[in-house]
Amino acid sequence: MAIYSLKQTKQPPQSQTKATLWLKENLFSSISNAALTFVALYVIYLLLPPILNWTIFDANFDLTADNQSCGREGACWSFVNANFKMFIYGFYPENELWRVNTMFGIIAALVVFGSLIKASQYRAQYIIGSFLIYPVVAFFLLYGGLGLEVVETDKWGGLTLTVVVAAVGIIASFPLGILFALGRQSEMRVVKFISVVYIEFVRGVPLITILFMASVVLPLFFSAGMDFDKLLRALIGITLFQTAYIAEVIRGGLQAIPKGQYEAADAAGLSFMQKTILIILPQALKISIPNIVGSFIALFKDTTLLLIIGLFDMLAIVGAASSNSNWLGRETEGYVFVAMVIWVILYSMSRYSKRLEVRFSTEHK
Amino acid sequence: MSELTNKEIGEKGCCDIVEISGLSKWYGDFHALKDINLKVKEGEIIVVCGPSGSGKSTLIRCVNFLEKFQEGSIVVDGTELTDDVKKIRQVRSEVSMVFQHFNLFPHLSIINNLTLAPIWVHNETKQEAREKALKLLDRVGIKDQAEKYPNQLSGGQQQRVAIARALCTSPKIMLFDEPTSALDPEMISEVLDVMVELAKEGITMLCVTHEMGFAKKVADRVIFMDEGQVIEQNTPDKFFENPESERLQLFLDQILTQ
Repeated sequence: MAIYSLKQTKQPPQSQTKATLWLKENLFSSISNAALTFVALYVIYLLLPPILNWTIFDANFDLTADNQSCGREGACWSFVNANFKMFIYGFYPENELWRVNTMFGIIAALVVFGSLIKASQYRAQYIIGSFLIYPVVAFFLLYGGLGLEVVETDKWGGLTLTVVVAAVGIIASFPLGILFALGRQSEMRVVKFISVVYIEFVRGVPLITILFMASVVLPLFFSAGMDFDKLLRALIGITLFQTAYIAEVIRGGLQAIPKGQYEAADAAGLSFMQKTILIILPQALKISIPNIVGSFIALFKDTTLLLIIGLFDMLAIVGAASSNSNWLGRETEGYVFVAMVIWVILYSMSRYSKRLEVRFSTEHK
Repeated sequence: MSELTNKEIGEKGCCDIVEISGLSKWYGDFHALKDINLKVKEGEIIVVCGPSGSGKSTLIRCVNFLEKFQEGSIVVDGTELTDDVKKIRQVRSEVSMVFQHFNLFPHLSIINNLTLAPIWVHNETKQEAREKALKLLDRVGIKDQAEKYPNQLSGGQQQRVAIARALCTSPKIMLFDEPTSALDPEMISEVLDVMVELAKEGITMLCVTHEMGFAKKVADRVIFMDEGQVIEQNTPDKFFENPESERLQLFLDQILTQ
């Protein structure tokens, strides 16, 4: 028999500096990994110089230059400057632009204020209130009425239109998606049948088809005087489309909840609604955050399809601007600019989803 | 299966709080419970044991209607369990359950796990529920963990929280579904200690467990089930000293020689 004494805990040995260790573990851990590293470096070497030359070194940053004086070697950024208002506001009347700016300003203010009251007990009310009231205010600002000059929706365009369509699609499809996800899980046969048919039908049809249906086919069913707004029809189409996808994403989350959670909620005597709202949905939505945001990102990109039914989102505006005879042949600059703007927005959404995941995590607090 | 007289069971309450008669349950074609008859007196501590697949968990899960049954009837404190949602909720508000895998709500802190049912089912105020919850946490020895989340606690602590959660609604009956089976060996006793304390306070308990020490210590009656039937029931002394049926003798030999 032997008895052993407890050993001291020690720091791990440090034979190499952190930098060389990182290189060795990540870039040169094996021969094939090292080969891939060199291939990647070579591709970067091929691509980076021409990109940098065009965007920066050969580019003309004189924001007053016109198409002729700009030169053809590099980018002509004055094109973006000259058409900036069009990219952002579309064909919105010049002296009403403050309304769009106010709308964006209120969003920023709501977000900033929301992050300040993080610890407050009124946070939930604040968020739900914002989601209910803000769309009404935003609509009033954009469309007008009650003393403001009415701006018809065919004047809306650019980033404004992109944001409006994406935001409406997101805000409206989220609660609807939850309902259809629950419907598909329901034990009531009729509810389940309707949900399955709806989800599978919409998911089996491309968004373009739905937009076409909404803008071309739907009016055929209405009498001449009853025609309603083209943008509204597109919004309904996009919301219906997005609802089906969100429903499937949330259903995935619902299925990941262990049976024991349902049983514990039942055993405690909670009603079906209480069980769903207090126990099941919070957990299911938490699991689904990455996929929900992924789906919203896809929707944001899909708004570019509005071009097909004659609405000018930010991408379509570039085409319109570069077909202006003063700026022929400059669409590349416009598309690069639009790509940057969309990338910034979508990357922020993706980072925000990461932050949400961390905040709702109860694993390691 | 012999009927026991009041005297043998001890001087526990006058009335049957759970009456199970002619209970049969099928999973598809599989006959999981076969004509079970069981009466539980108020304040009685009953331990149900038997080999796995014998239907013991299914039986106690029928008592709060987590499992539906096809034949027979269950009356809990005067309310008969049917498909009527109101009656089911009525029964569930008086019956609490502790699960093998704890089933705490991972998105809620410990204190919110405890106050959920009192607030939403029993219409208590947040303040009342919170005070009661803290007292119960104190009783199971983990008051200082109230603001943590379930995943930050050890298995034994989680199960003690689950017991406190079950007690939070002041139930008349407690159901335990193998409460120590998922625990590391060194954590079993901390949970059993809490259960022994509880048993001494006169609450009605139905426990499915293999902890024979617990059965000997506090049970009024021990029930042996096999193949969906009650094979034998007796006071703990007689149950362990003089098992009548062969199958129980075999079962006891197997688990006691471990």
